[in-house]
Amino acid sequence: MDAQTVIAKRIALELRDGMLVNLGIGIPTLVANFVPPGTHVYFQSENGLIGTGPIPEEAMAQPRLTDAGGRPVTAIPGACAFDSAFSFGLIRGGHVDVTVLGGLQVDERGLLANWMIPGKMVPGMGGAMDLVTGAKRVIVAMQHSAKGKPKVVKQCTLPLTSSRPVHLVVTELAVLAQVDGRLRLLETAPGVTVAQVLAATEAKLEVPATVPTMPIE
Amino acid sequence: MRTTTVEEAVSRIPDGASLMVGGFMGVGTSERLMDELVRQGKRNLTLIANDTAMPGVGIGKLVSAKLLRKVIASHIGLNPETQQKMIAGEIEVDLVPQGTLIERIRCGGYGLGGVLTPTGVGTVVEKDKRKLVVDGREYLLETALHADFALVQAFLADYLGNLTYVLTARNFNPVIAMAATTVIADAEHVVPVGMISPDHVITPAVLVDYLIARA
Repeated sequence: MDAQTVIAKRIALELRDGMLVNLGIGIPTLVANFVPPGTHVYFQSENGLIGTGPIPEEAMAQPRLTDAGGRPVTAIPGACAFDSAFSFGLIRGGHVDVTVLGGLQVDERGLLANWMIPGKMVPGMGGAMDLVTGAKRVIVAMQHSAKGKPKVVKQCTLPLTSSRPVHLVVTELAVLAQVDGRLRLLETAPGVTVAQVLAATEAKLEVPATVPTMPIE
Repeated sequence: MRTTTVEEAVSRIPDGASLMVGGFMGVGTSERLMDELVRQGKRNLTLIANDTAMPGVGIGKLVSAKLLRKVIASHIGLNPETQQKMIAGEIEVDLVPQGTLIERIRCGGYGLGGVLTPTGVGTVVEKDKRKLVVDGREYLLETALHADFALVQAFLADYLGNLTYVLTARNFNPVIAMAATTVIADAEHVVPVGMISPDHVITPAVLVDYLIARA
């Protein structure tokens, strides 16, 4: 299983029937492919839709129906459309149960940096700051390291996305939970040891006596 | 409301004007209005919009044609030209969280001086802004935005100028239609009065100053 699939499959297990879920661009988008059978969730696109469905078949794209990355999507039966003020009311107002976003760095307090690299990449924060500030539960989906450097760091060196800590970080190596402003190692990926996780992590992690393996197949 | 041509509508926009433009990555942006702004060679415009789309699409055309002096947006990541021009100092770019941007526009249209939002507290966004504590929680005071013109793209317009939108092409459009001195609307279809039922009118005709006639 490749890294992205591990991450997406594990995050999908966090979804419950009836939840309103916002998926970011990149790895988070893949989570939609692994929603457990029998679980019905509503996906929100912050550009104005609840009920975002799969990518349309070729030549069936509707140019006025896109996801937050501008790519064509479909709308499931029962979907509804709204303007951006309402969409961000849903987000800031705590009506979104889970948001899944990519990350550049998460520090040992659970703070996320994911929107710019000064001098290199200044795309703008888009909806990320509102999502991290307002969603009920914030899950970060990211690779554990970038070019050999840990992304789970002592303190973020990149500009923060929010002063609110995230709740869960899922990488191809581990699941980390933010508990009372500290990161706890909840699970390791299949075939990965605690020692491997710690070696790839700069932040201090709380490690319980037993650390189960991610329940993914 | 008056119906007009795209040429005449755009000719009313002077150099240096501030424009709110609907659309999200080009979806829900009037391409006709963008093309005409470029054709008439407007200069020193201030743009308020979610993003600057991609080169060759929607607002991206204004960037390529160097019509913009300043951009207030939440995202420019899919338009490398905007980023290059920002780094080169040719365009001033003010990046605003998307939820804050749309609320600032809403405030402009709803007669409010600003809004208190938790978004951006403890980040670079709070620089030079007033922070207020309400019931123990910190908020940023984000001030209202207003523009000279709103360029709205609708799906249906009736002969009076009542507007409806479709799917994710709605985005900023109905909000900017409240927040500008002059509202210019384009619509994919113009239909007889009554075909849009009162419950389905999103933008009332009284807000629309000019409706572009379909060619």
